[in-house]
Amino acid sequence: MRHIISILIENESGALSRVAGLFSARGYNIESLTVAPTEDASLSRMTILTRGSDEVLEQITKQLNKLVDVVKVVDLSEAAHTERELMLIKVRATGKDREEMKRMADIFRGRIIDVTESTYVIELTGSSAKLDSFIAALDAGLILETVRTGVCGIGRGDRILKV
Amino acid sequence: MISGAEIVIRCLQEEKVEYVFGYPGGSVLHIYDALFKQEEVKHILVRHEQAAVHAADAYSRSSQKVGVALVTSGPGVTNTVTGIATAYSDSIPMVVLCGQVPTAYIGQDAFQECDTVGITRPCVKHNFLVKDVKDLAVTIKKAFHIASTGRPGPVVVDIPKDITAQVCEFDYPKTVQMRSYNPVVKGHLGQIKKAVQILQEAKRPIIYAGGGVILSEAAEKLTVLARKLKFPVTNTLMGLGAYPATDPQFVGMLGMHGTFEANNAMHYADVVFAVGARFDDRVIGNPEHYGQEKRRVIHIDIDPSSISKRVKVDVPIVGNVNEVLDEMLKLLDGDVVTDPDVADWWKQIDQWRGRDSLAYRQSAHIMPQYVIEKLYEVTGGDAFVTSDVGQHQMFAAQYYKFDKPRRWINSGGLGTMGVGLPYAMGVLFANPGAQVACVTGEGSIQMCIQELSTCKQFELPIKIINLNNGMLGMVRQWQEMFYSKRYSQSYVTSLPDFVKLAESYGHVGMRIEKPEDVEPALRKAFTEHKNDLVFMDFIIDPGANVFPMVAAGKGLTEMILAEDL
Repeated sequence: MRHIISILIENESGALSRVAGLFSARGYNIESLTVAPTEDASLSRMTILTRGSDEVLEQITKQLNKLVDVVKVVDLSEAAHTERELMLIKVRATGKDREEMKRMADIFRGRIIDVTESTYVIELTGSSAKLDSFIAALDAGLILETVRTGVCGIGRGDRILKV
Repeated sequence: MISGAEIVIRCLQEEKVEYVFGYPGGSVLHIYDALFKQEEVKHILVRHEQAAVHAADAYSRSSQKVGVALVTSGPGVTNTVTGIATAYSDSIPMVVLCGQVPTAYIGQDAFQECDTVGITRPCVKHNFLVKDVKDLAVTIKKAFHIASTGRPGPVVVDIPKDITAQVCEFDYPKTVQMRSYNPVVKGHLGQIKKAVQILQEAKRPIIYAGGGVILSEAAEKLTVLARKLKFPVTNTLMGLGAYPATDPQFVGMLGMHGTFEANNAMHYADVVFAVGARFDDRVIGNPEHYGQEKRRVIHIDIDPSSISKRVKVDVPIVGNVNEVLDEMLKLLDGDVVTDPDVADWWKQIDQWRGRDSLAYRQSAHIMPQYVIEKLYEVTGGDAFVTSDVGQHQMFAAQYYKFDKPRRWINSGGLGTMGVGLPYAMGVLFANPGAQVACVTGEGSIQMCIQELSTCKQFELPIKIINLNNGMLGMVRQWQEMFYSKRYSQSYVTSLPDFVKLAESYGHVGMRIEKPEDVEPALRKAFTEHKNDLVFMDFIIDPGANVFPMVAAGKGLTEMILAEDL
């Protein structure tokens, strides 16, 4: 099962390595991880995309809670939530491909944020699946470089993760 | 305004730390200078940093107080890692203060620099790098707070040398608040009520008590509760002494080398009441095999991650064992009615007991079990017994009947060879004048043998019971049983003459080779040589094995008994 775990953690040096170390030491997998400070600069919010059975997920959340720097942990995917990922993708844009790239970016509601004579950089936001389909829709030979942030997510409505 | 080094010492004084076990070096020179200028905190100079941490660990195990070690940067720190990991595995509260190269040098591969926080991270409860002298006092306060509350554990404080030279006002906080760390203490009352109800319905109950009972100082309450319920009690290796071993309700230790009755009772029980124990692999063997029987499990543990980790729990109670047992005793006030079928269960248990699974064959050589039995008699069952890791550890656990908590000091989780002697040192500092026996083997003792020198310096009258079979006994036992007797590297050649070795350090040495000499030698060591360290080299039967045994991956009822072979 795919799970998105959100963590509020003290914004201190080494906090990220405590979380990453826990996952590797206990054999849990991290598919993606994002982290940045929150509106309260003393706290960071981390989002981890992982997979595992219910038992493994129970252990992951318990073990995360045990870390002294961790303030709160929730499994976002347990209830209604919304998630997004950002991708920047640099593509070859010459000849007839130049117009095709622009069209593809429009169809996927991407934005071209850098233009040269031969390349575009397209910014695309959405679910990870949408980003995957965009990549799949392009001619692989035209993709020069991709960079993805990993998933971040937030609970819907009254589900709030705060101290 | 005082220096960072003085702040460190003042913090230790505020925490009423009596002893610091340590070894000086470049990065901690300022701290050692501050230590020199006062008398409240006494320093115990060991011969290897590993021993400093083990001694601090045992100081805590035998007294409930937080053990403290002080070492220098780089190799000083790396030498402590085994000791820190050992304490972490057994949830022992400890604070390890480490020197670090000056702040400006960190990351430059300076002399005696290592990434202390990185190296120790996976084996500490928490660790800190102090970056500002103003944070020093509060960090040390936090270290003691974190180490000793919740599920206890070791905390490392890494202190760069320049921080110990800088000055600031000293203000030691009385308490610390951490929004990210608020361990649960009290158990959920609804769950506790449910647990009490299930206990009263049980037909084949077992109380399975572990190290958490000892750590939370709940042995007495557990005993009262067990006697009220009149249920059988088994202890884990870490829980020995949590329930008196001489009590008729005690069915012995369970697990890989547990008794026939304890393992069967644990397997066939319809209600398992786990108290401060964690169903680890050495206790229940193969979890799938264990899962074959239907039973209800009640589990008290301070650490939620220990609950339902290996065995599904029906009634989880997260809380301090002591507090939870308190609530249970309140609910079980007055006469307690339990299910009448428990009487039949006791009959079954007595039948299992009849197998006498700890009986052992006699031989012309000294049997190791016999040495422990005699040690028990000679010390009146009242000694602190430390052990190393291997066959001798299991013999000590099986044959020394611990009636009190904190008397059995061993590395249960990590299984660290070499702890025995430094553990005995730590025990004696926490319990001056106590009888302390270190049960070891010729393999383990050589892993920290340099501490015989520390023992001389501080006149520690430890009795070393060296069960010498010239073999790494437990390795040999597995090779005999599972590797067709291919004794790969388990034979120890070129052993020192332990008598002369002890004498060269200024101690008393004895070699005991005949069964009839065992008891007189022990008596002599504990009376005539009461105030000496005595190294007793028992030349034992090299073929002795530990039974019963549940082989790795097997189930609790698939025991190999001595008579099976």
